[in-house]
Amino acid sequence: MAVINLNVNGKKQTMDVDPGTPLLWVLREHLGLVGTKYGCGIAQCGACTIHVNGAAVRSCSLPVSAAQNRVITTIEGLSENGEHPVQKAWLEQDVAQCGYCQTGQIMSAAALLKTNPNPTDAQIDNAMSGNICRCGTYLRIREAIKTAAAQK
Amino acid sequence: MEKIKTSQTRRSFLKSSLLASGGLMISFSGLSKYTSDSGTTPLLAEEWSEITGYIKITPDNVIKILNPNPEFGQNVMTSLPMMVAEELDVDWKKVIVEMGPHDNAKLGPQFTGGSNSIRMYWRPLREAGAAARQMLRDAAAQTWGVPVEEVTTKAAMLYHAKSGKSATYGEVASKAASLEIPKGVALKDVKKLSVVGTSQKNVEGLKIVTGKPLFAMDYQFDGMLVAMIEHPPAFGKKLKSFDATETLKMPGIKDVYSFKLYEDGFEQAGFDTRTFNDLLVVVGNTTWEVMNARKKLKVQWEPISDTKDTMAGRGGKREVIVPAGLESTPAQLAKMAEFATMPAQQLRKDGDPETAFKNAAQILERTYTAPFLAHNCMEPMNFFAHVTEEKALLVGPLQAPGWSEPTLAKLLNLPPEKIEIQMTRMGGGFGLRAYSHYMYEAALISRKVKAPIKLVYSREDDMTYGIYRPMYTATYRAALDANKNLIAFHVKGGGIPEHPIHANRFPAGAVDNYLAEGWTIPSNITIGAFRAPRSNFNAAAEQSFLDELAELMGKDPIDFRLELLKRAKEKPVGERNEYDADRYAGVLKLVKEKSGWNNPENKKYSRGVAAYFCHASYAAHVVDMIIKDGQPYVEQVFSAMDCGVVINPDAAINMVQGAVVDGIGNAFYGALTHKKGTPEQNNFNRYRMIRLREAPKRIDVSFVENEIDPTGLGEPPFPPVFAAVANALYKSTGKRVYNQPFINEWKLNSEKINKM
Repeated sequence: MAVINLNVNGKKQTMDVDPGTPLLWVLREHLGLVGTKYGCGIAQCGACTIHVNGAAVRSCSLPVSAAQNRVITTIEGLSENGEHPVQKAWLEQDVAQCGYCQTGQIMSAAALLKTNPNPTDAQIDNAMSGNICRCGTYLRIREAIKTAAAQK
Repeated sequence: MEKIKTSQTRRSFLKSSLLASGGLMISFSGLSKYTSDSGTTPLLAEEWSEITGYIKITPDNVIKILNPNPEFGQNVMTSLPMMVAEELDVDWKKVIVEMGPHDNAKLGPQFTGGSNSIRMYWRPLREAGAAARQMLRDAAAQTWGVPVEEVTTKAAMLYHAKSGKSATYGEVASKAASLEIPKGVALKDVKKLSVVGTSQKNVEGLKIVTGKPLFAMDYQFDGMLVAMIEHPPAFGKKLKSFDATETLKMPGIKDVYSFKLYEDGFEQAGFDTRTFNDLLVVVGNTTWEVMNARKKLKVQWEPISDTKDTMAGRGGKREVIVPAGLESTPAQLAKMAEFATMPAQQLRKDGDPETAFKNAAQILERTYTAPFLAHNCMEPMNFFAHVTEEKALLVGPLQAPGWSEPTLAKLLNLPPEKIEIQMTRMGGGFGLRAYSHYMYEAALISRKVKAPIKLVYSREDDMTYGIYRPMYTATYRAALDANKNLIAFHVKGGGIPEHPIHANRFPAGAVDNYLAEGWTIPSNITIGAFRAPRSNFNAAAEQSFLDELAELMGKDPIDFRLELLKRAKEKPVGERNEYDADRYAGVLKLVKEKSGWNNPENKKYSRGVAAYFCHASYAAHVVDMIIKDGQPYVEQVFSAMDCGVVINPDAAINMVQGAVVDGIGNAFYGALTHKKGTPEQNNFNRYRMIRLREAPKRIDVSFVENEIDPTGLGEPPFPPVFAAVANALYKSTGKRVYNQPFINEWKLNSEKINKM
């Protein structure tokens, strides 16, 4: 166990935890931020995607010790009320089916648009192919990203 | 907790049934079991009048509609309450929708599966809305002393034109709740529907995009522990012994023990499939601590002997032998090939197929295979349980809690009224969550450790403890006479451990001489429902075969099917044909038109077509394939559906698009293989799922417009996708594919072509 200091959604958090614990489980079980999902545990499905210093990162494979002194944003910090342009676009396109993967999809999309406000189709395909949607809502995910890009 | 006001006593009782058939009861009740998630309801009002089991109204006219059925992404949280709202006459935008409690007496069958949600609730929910509106009008008429016939409604308001009186629903709701529920209230003409048939957004959309705790994985409870199960690494093995010394030294670990899911001779219900019965449990404070501590377990496994399952069945108790053995995929394929040549069970026979094949000028014979598939729901199996000596609370993702509650009651030795099952939004289901071993496991663990626990399956647990789509094969034969007329059709299908054949489906009914046969090979690999069970393989095989047959006969594949359907309609063979030939032809004609089937501009694509009927709806697809970066890629798809009245068009399009993507993914990549009983894929690095870059750019969905009672969309669009992909692959390479996953056979074919 070790004392870990985190900056999550603009709030400083201190906890005593095994430094090897993946950030995913710290977010979910120590901080109660359950919008970040467990899907595979090996960075293959993207359900656990968060932002670390603004970049999309799979939190299931990031030890909490390596997340110290960095700016961490989860879906709850993107906008609590769904006011982020990507969340609004997701609602406009009514993307979700089961909904389990969608917070990870949104975090990947938001990170993409931050660095590349007008991505091409190929750039969207590349940035989003690390996130699995078992329900197959990929067409609407693409549309929502274009909707969000157009609004910016 | 909200206050419910009715004039009834606190004890629940049924007041009337509006349904002659279908078993749905509508009731007032004291709601002793009912708790509402008031935290998500932004209301000050606390007093609700319940009018029928589905509707609650506050004095200040806030209207709540309960969704009765489990939600796993098919959008019933929105579409089912829309049906109630339609007849209740309320502004949909102002309605609050809430997941109902599990209460089959009050809210009907409450199961998600077989594309049944819309079909089974279409009438009862409109009747509930209509009855409630009638009760509100009665209450207003009595209050105002006017004839009820003169009381009209509009958007949750009541009016009496002659006197100029008006009231909100909320003002008379308390009185209305005390009235008898009327029977036989007239329903609106389907031509005049104003909520049904309009596109309405997912009522849980905002919660989903903001990451609110909707799923059982997110569920929290004071003092909750986390449990995980170490199951055998292979089918055909069981726990022999374990040493947990090191595990128990790990931080946060509370307990390690083994238990039996079912005691010997326990009578299992139809959906009580068990894969592994002796389970090793690790209980601790957090998921990560338990995951970590599991790595320190020292476990000995041993082979199983033949095992006997005692199943409750419709025909009484029956015993099923689960064979011993460590199975491997190549041996399974060889065994299927061997069984395919042996005598099988006759499922249907029309005319004299043997003679027709003997006299045929030409016979086409092809064999198709498909592997086991894992469901791979994005939310792994999990369940919360808090079981004490007196009662049990279970919270989690289940497609049919009512099917599992009796077994749970038996396992816990508690009466059903002491068991509360709360239904959470499911992170996918696809058939797997109709089975509930993980709920039983959670309940038994909670009882043993005397604490609230959440049982969590890791992705590896989830993928390697499957109730998989079975492994299938089928051999199709067609006999042609000297003029290339189809004179006989024969399908013989088998599988491990069930066969896929639906003997009374197309082209049964369209061919004079017809034979369908099935055979099975027992296995200890557990199988169950997977999106459109059996149909998902039948359609793939049969619709590929019909494509090849049409080519041999020199016919356009759509026209050939339409000819067969014309025959089936005008002069059907046999009497048990399950499909409506006109509706089947309808989706083919629609997809032909929408896809520009004969339009020369589309020649740039390798086009494949397929159609199918299952779960009471009709589907046809045209897929347009290209080669992109050296790989086959379905760039666009045209889909035509007939599911009767479409409840929520945009959501229906979403369902069909998702089914098409799922179909393309499983057709190309889906496979769960075994080596000596061990699944060779245990996570998404080895089990290939379709990714965004592999999804079509466009999926154009059209619906046949009619006024037929609505049927479901979760399954019907899925099966024919496989064959449309196979038929397009043939156009792309000139070589047909017969064995799923197609990407493997496509690679072999293209290597051969490159060498030529």
